[in-house]
Amino acid sequence: MSEVIKNRYEFVVLFDVENGNPNGDPDAGNMPRIDPESGLGLVTDVCLKRKIRNYVETVKEDEQGYKIYIKEDVPLNRSDRTACESVGIKDTEDKKVTEALKKLKKSDLDVDLKLRNYMCENYYDIRTFGAVMTTFVKASLNCGQVRGPVQIGFARSIDPVISQEVTITRVAITTEKDAENKSTEMGRKSIVPYALYRAEGFISANLARKTTGFTEEDLELLWDAIINMFENDHSAARGKMAVRELIVFKHSKELGDCPAYKLFEAVEITRKEEIEYPRKYQDYIVEVHNDKIPDSVEVKRMI
Amino acid sequence: MGMGVKVRVWGSYALFSRPEMKVERCSYDVMTPSAARGILEAVYWHPGMRWVIDKIYVKKPIKFTSVRRNEVKSKVSASKVLESYNGGKKPLYLSTKEEIVQRASLLLSDVEYVIEAHFEMTEKANETDNPGKFKDIIMRRLRRGECYHMPYFGCREFPANFELCQEEEICTAYDDVDEKDLGFMLYDFDYSDKENLMPMFFRAIMKQGVIDLRNCEVVR
Repeated sequence: MSEVIKNRYEFVVLFDVENGNPNGDPDAGNMPRIDPESGLGLVTDVCLKRKIRNYVETVKEDEQGYKIYIKEDVPLNRSDRTACESVGIKDTEDKKVTEALKKLKKSDLDVDLKLRNYMCENYYDIRTFGAVMTTFVKASLNCGQVRGPVQIGFARSIDPVISQEVTITRVAITTEKDAENKSTEMGRKSIVPYALYRAEGFISANLARKTTGFTEEDLELLWDAIINMFENDHSAARGKMAVRELIVFKHSKELGDCPAYKLFEAVEITRKEEIEYPRKYQDYIVEVHNDKIPDSVEVKRMI
Repeated sequence: MGMGVKVRVWGSYALFSRPEMKVERCSYDVMTPSAARGILEAVYWHPGMRWVIDKIYVKKPIKFTSVRRNEVKSKVSASKVLESYNGGKKPLYLSTKEEIVQRASLLLSDVEYVIEAHFEMTEKANETDNPGKFKDIIMRRLRRGECYHMPYFGCREFPANFELCQEEEICTAYDDVDEKDLGFMLYDFDYSDKENLMPMFFRAIMKQGVIDLRNCEVVR
């Protein structure tokens, strides 16, 4: 394992969508999410985290230490046994788990911590985003609420988005009864013709060091996952989505060198003047104003 | 009060959940004292000190918006973890296809506050600790924008920008409103008994945009 990260980071991710629905709103019949006041499109933090988890799962295929806790599908075949035995310190023969927990709690005061560390070591998503593990109050066992170092906010589009309803037809009819009366069925898709979204994130080195042990290697994987988060996520609903820019700010210290908002404000995205309706990434200009960033902060454009 | 600080915090969304509506989360109208404490602790905290919130200034009009998200409904259970830890055969994960639930959250949008607070020393302070030292660290962090982790407004997806408040006279969005009763709000949790955490409430009254917590009556 490589070393735990020692620097605070902030990052800006720009991604775009073409003729797709980046994140449906369950409240609005799965239309793209829109901030009702400004008309700007939204993509929730959890949506992006899901993509990152999926990428890591695809790439690492449940390799030791890179398992994913919050999964979308039931896995086909997994065997965790050997992995667990190698870290197991204690053995409980007792199958009645609550009982065993109570006993264990008495004999081993640090069992909560051990379990927490076990989860952090084995699960990439818990190490990165954290997890709530506070269930067993009865047995007074509490792995705790692990706050992961990586924190992502809602992504917002640069310009207001217009969502378009596209009605489609299909020739296959679902039920026989329907087939007697009609020959096609209608369906609907909501799409955004084009939108460029901006998400902002934070990485706390302190939480990495004191709680989850998020390493430099994990960080590299995170950048990889962010850059490629839509590459393995193509579907009929998404259209063309791509990460266009990942700008990383590396502070020289664990606590950071300057407020996050100053760094975020240094990234300016403007629509080209002659463009009225942006339809491609080239319609925007992305500028990083280096003069607004302290010298001690390292700026990296990862794409 | 030499140990007091004023911190300006702002962000595009906030969610200070009401405990009575926590399934479909609904935010309070303003920041709770416990959320304010959490923000300050994200910047600096030490076992030798305790943050006490004095006043909360509401600098932007109270506005709501809503977001519905797919969430998981269960938590990581300690027993399952223990089983896996001890070499159980069952794979350990949460399936978001099966354990899914859609929940709406009523959020505050475009918020800005000034938190006026001070800290008190606790018995856990080391011999070398003193208020001056803590104060210096805090001021340095606030000026440079350093933090332990990024502070947030209630939930981690709503980051809170922060800076030292330089204004002498703090104007609020409700300067003209004499008194607005916000009802009972969560004050904070009483953590003194680890086995039995007790919530504490207070009657929040916003006077000219300021919630004064210095002499409020705290109800358990």
